[in-house]
Amino acid sequence: MGMQLPIVPFPEAAKLALANTQLRRNIGKATQTIRAKRAKVVDELPDWEALREAGRTIKERMLRHIDKYLVEFEASVQLAGGVVHWARDADEANRIVAEIAHRHGTREVVKVKSMATEEIGLNAALAAEGIEATETDLAELIIQLAGDRSSHILVPAIHKNRAEIRALFARRMGLDHLTDEPKALAGAARAFLRRKFLSVPVAVSGANFGVAETGTVCVVESEGNGRMCLTLPKVLITIMGIEKLLPKWQDLEVFMQLLPRSATGERMNPYTTFWTGVTAGDGPREFHLILLDNGRTRVLADPMGRQTLACIRCSACLNICPVYERTGGHAYGSVYPGPIGAILTPLLLGVENAESLPYASSLCGACYDVCPVKINIPEVLIHLRGEVVRHKQDHPGPRDLPSGESLVMKQMARVFESRKLYEWAQRLGRLGQTPLVRRGFIERLPGPLAGWTTMRDAYPVAPQTFREWWRNRP
Amino acid sequence: MRVSLFITCFNDTIFPRTGQAVVRLLERLGHEVEFPEEQTCCGQMHYNTGYQREAIPLVRHFVEVFRDAEVVVSPSASCVGMVRHLYPIALELADDPALAEEVARLIPRVFELSEFLINKLGIEDVGAYYPHRVTYHPTCHSLRMLRVGDAPLRLLKAVRGIDLVELPRAEECCGFGGTFAIKNADTSMAMLGDKVHCILDTRAEVCVSADNSCLMHIGGALHRQRAGVGVIHLAEILASTEAETA
Repeated sequence: MGMQLPIVPFPEAAKLALANTQLRRNIGKATQTIRAKRAKVVDELPDWEALREAGRTIKERMLRHIDKYLVEFEASVQLAGGVVHWARDADEANRIVAEIAHRHGTREVVKVKSMATEEIGLNAALAAEGIEATETDLAELIIQLAGDRSSHILVPAIHKNRAEIRALFARRMGLDHLTDEPKALAGAARAFLRRKFLSVPVAVSGANFGVAETGTVCVVESEGNGRMCLTLPKVLITIMGIEKLLPKWQDLEVFMQLLPRSATGERMNPYTTFWTGVTAGDGPREFHLILLDNGRTRVLADPMGRQTLACIRCSACLNICPVYERTGGHAYGSVYPGPIGAILTPLLLGVENAESLPYASSLCGACYDVCPVKINIPEVLIHLRGEVVRHKQDHPGPRDLPSGESLVMKQMARVFESRKLYEWAQRLGRLGQTPLVRRGFIERLPGPLAGWTTMRDAYPVAPQTFREWWRNRP
Repeated sequence: MRVSLFITCFNDTIFPRTGQAVVRLLERLGHEVEFPEEQTCCGQMHYNTGYQREAIPLVRHFVEVFRDAEVVVSPSASCVGMVRHLYPIALELADDPALAEEVARLIPRVFELSEFLINKLGIEDVGAYYPHRVTYHPTCHSLRMLRVGDAPLRLLKAVRGIDLVELPRAEECCGFGGTFAIKNADTSMAMLGDKVHCILDTRAEVCVSADNSCLMHIGGALHRQRAGVGVIHLAEILASTEAETA
């Protein structure tokens, strides 16, 4: 169990996704709408850049002293009547949740949308223990009923349109006369979920923020289903990645401005729930907090990669990404899709387990510009590409020959190191291309370069290079 | 000013006209241009594809070629971005403090052409004449790495005879991305398809940009589609004059 590995390399998965025109339409339309909303509410803040800088600085301070803040957080939560558990990996976290559920004799739990529980594969782990987990976030519920996978951090069903959702609800909830009006669809989900909220004794949540100083945990959502989950069941279990910590209560001031504007393009988040331990007569009677590592300390040890742990899962990078916009989230084969997934997944799992993801970007830099905590995603992508290549070079398998790419790259580097070889290569290229050039262009390139000419003509080596012209200049 | 031209390997090999235009333009503006013939490639392709150890000797080579230059000017935002933003990071792998120091001293003297004209020389009107309908594609590295802002547009607006039309969704990537165009050819082409669509919508005769790498991608598609729309490097428009046209 644990975080799924990308099985199909990105280029192949993307090819399938690109061929699905309905998917491309749904995702293109949705990302462009959210993108425009975000731009509007960000532009109206005169101090947006200062807020970004503050967000980044707070997260950096937390990461620098995470050992101290985690212990402070644990003490604060315990003082407020919560129980704190530490989970090294997915298996440990899943086991803790299952034990608590068993202790309360329930075969059912309700869940508020959480990336951490996706990451550790909690639903499947609970199912193996005979416990059914019901997602209560509308989009997560859609995904769960469809037996599908999430394709976006914030809008998991972004790849589905209304008509597809109507058909799904009609089938799974036995509602033959359901229309595809948003109000009717929400009504059907509401009736379905209310029964769960009132009958299931254990809820599981993730966390957007945890405050070391006070022991307060925060969940940010927009439906109110999360609020029901967090307040109605008797027992609440929260699984929080250790990097979600903030040192002080006042730090939330910065993130409560950064997150909603970056995520959904809203000035203020609709449902923001804070709780500190347990309160007699109000909310759950038992609160368990599971602090999850699952690869995070490994990311912390990477000086270039560690900035990734500042991520607040807003998905602004997904919505702006020209690659994500066209392939959707499934192509990444990872719980975390888009630009942030292309760095976070290989960092958490090791590059050898997600080799194609650092290359799933044109390095256009749009993600860095919108990131509310200034994660330099292109810089980390390039760093991870280096890790991929170095890993391959340093760990050749028993029968591994160096790849064609590696041979070509090494040869080219040698050529570029010497003017003489470089000029010789220019002349050789000009000679070698002769049979391919037609009317000043090459319509079909051979070998590994063939991908270039499937839709584009290639420009040939010029009849006279610049340096040849320079030398012969009067 | 004595300008050392950093032509870049693909301009040298595939687009010599761009380099010739830079020479013509800078000499017309009264500057002396020299071309250090030892120069080859900045190492960007190697570095960005992950062959970072292999890129280090190319960094060293670049520094050896240009260390004594008064200013280095290049008609490629992407390659200048490599030098300015990635050389310092690349050198963390090299364990060569002397080289790192030389790079730090060289970087402030390296300019992309439009930055050099607008920020360093402070000229907008270079005396160019180009009577065509033109749309400008701001490349990702000029926009988000070098932050050249509207420098290329200000230069273009001052060109006589030009009919400059705005490109829809201009700031979106064309899908080139170096080896991305080959490793992720399908996604690259989906991005390119939308970019070409936007260019055709403008009814421009040519698409202009500060990087021939993106233009070779866009121009390759326009040529394949027999769209009748060409691509041109910014330097070539700025170098054009009435005398030549007549």
